[in-house]
Amino acid sequence: MRYSGFRILQQALTGHKGWTPAWRNPDPQPHYDYVIVGGGGHGLATAYYLARQFRQSRIAVLEKGWIGGGNVGRNTTIIRSNYLLDGNEPFYEFSLRLWEGLEQDFNYNAMVSQRGILNLFHSDAQRDAYIRRGNAMRLHGADAELLDRDQVRRAYPFLDFDNARFPIKGGLAQRRGGTVRHDAVAWGYARGADQRGVDIIQNCAVTGLRIENGRCTGVDTTRGVIGAGKVGVAVAGNSSRVMAMAGLRLPIESHVLQAFVSEGLKPVLPGVITFGAGHFYCSQSDKGGLVFGGDLDGYNSYAQRGNLPVIEDVAEGGMALFPGLGRVRLLRAWGGVMDMSMDGSPIIDRTPVEGLYLNGGWCYGGFKATPASGWCFAHLLATDQPHPTATAYRLDRFARGLMIDEKGVGAQPNLH
Amino acid sequence: MIINHPLLGPCDAQEFTYLGDASLLHRPDGMAEGAADAFVDYSYPRENPAGLHRELWFHEQGDRSWLVVTRDTVTHEITQVELASDVARREGRSR
Repeated sequence: MRYSGFRILQQALTGHKGWTPAWRNPDPQPHYDYVIVGGGGHGLATAYYLARQFRQSRIAVLEKGWIGGGNVGRNTTIIRSNYLLDGNEPFYEFSLRLWEGLEQDFNYNAMVSQRGILNLFHSDAQRDAYIRRGNAMRLHGADAELLDRDQVRRAYPFLDFDNARFPIKGGLAQRRGGTVRHDAVAWGYARGADQRGVDIIQNCAVTGLRIENGRCTGVDTTRGVIGAGKVGVAVAGNSSRVMAMAGLRLPIESHVLQAFVSEGLKPVLPGVITFGAGHFYCSQSDKGGLVFGGDLDGYNSYAQRGNLPVIEDVAEGGMALFPGLGRVRLLRAWGGVMDMSMDGSPIIDRTPVEGLYLNGGWCYGGFKATPASGWCFAHLLATDQPHPTATAYRLDRFARGLMIDEKGVGAQPNLH
Repeated sequence: MIINHPLLGPCDAQEFTYLGDASLLHRPDGMAEGAADAFVDYSYPRENPAGLHRELWFHEQGDRSWLVVTRDTVTHEITQVELASDVARREGRSR
């Protein structure tokens, strides 16, 4: 069923009795050409673009839980392409362009809202760094604009501009950045993939990878053995656990990142803001809740919850930037498990096992990358060649000294 | 989290900084054959288990000792805390 304004009108006049499920619930077939492990945003986008863009068929997505129940439903919904390094910026800009046409492309309202993102700076040195970053973005065709203090004040008059330690001196704005309804991204890709014949198999955990003579020929699952021509693993957060089934050790640690939503408020925050002196970022959802987050808890964790010291740290950062937050009550807090890679950048590559491909290491930047990640992974699966914007995301870059370390902190995943 | 320091007793984990997997105790010999490959293996790949994990914590706000903490990464429960120097000696290091 194609969604449109006309369809809503027609359904409204007939008592909304004609809506059908957005995707089928098929039983697994014994063999597929492509098996995507992980039905999160990246896995579903991969299946969608494999079917739509690369005209492949006989594709399955295996999800251990339900669609939209993993990290795609646990992030802070921000999209942007404000990266510095050559290995990253073209990829994230490609992703932002895909976001811009996504809703028409998959015929689903993902509430893509280009309300702009503003990274604040608080010192002369930080201003220089942001000018450099903005120039790098513009060289790759992205938009970037340096705002002075008065321009920031006009948009966000309630921030603490004269904070004694961290006065706001301006910001780097990307007006095409913004937010997206994250569940709708998963649902839209799932529906789009399903319409193109992809089998989305929920409640189907992969328990083993079948490897014969150095080639991956299928997967063992809780719903039986499924043969595969190629297996693509897109399970960020748990990449190490799945790839361990193939005997591989990844340059990844799993860490927990917390996020928070306040009670619903009237519109107060027009765009996304990030604090440059601490780690705090915030946007306001269409329901009115302030959605915000900060640093990792900082130790290896597969628990989807964090501890109180980070909540305190995030709240302190928020108060330093935005003192009006003081009376706002917290509604919810949760944690998601991140693949923290050794250089803070992702991996989209073949593995030493033939027929087994990896998409992971997204750190806490995976959501914004969803469309390009899916497209580039589909490109790799379909053609065995990396997409031109993802050539730097190789698994062997650590051994070859070609790390993509935006933050410059080295092989210390909890600091990226 | 509370880390039960072997010398100081229970301490808040906020007093510590976290380094990572306790395998980092065993730095390869830079002069040996194949040192470059050994350093790649030492620096980048990790076991990253879901379950018991031996890891290095530094008591930065305390006595500045390094500890090897055995902690469950699924429940955050800490089951064993040792001085890293004791572990290193036991595992064959001279200090």
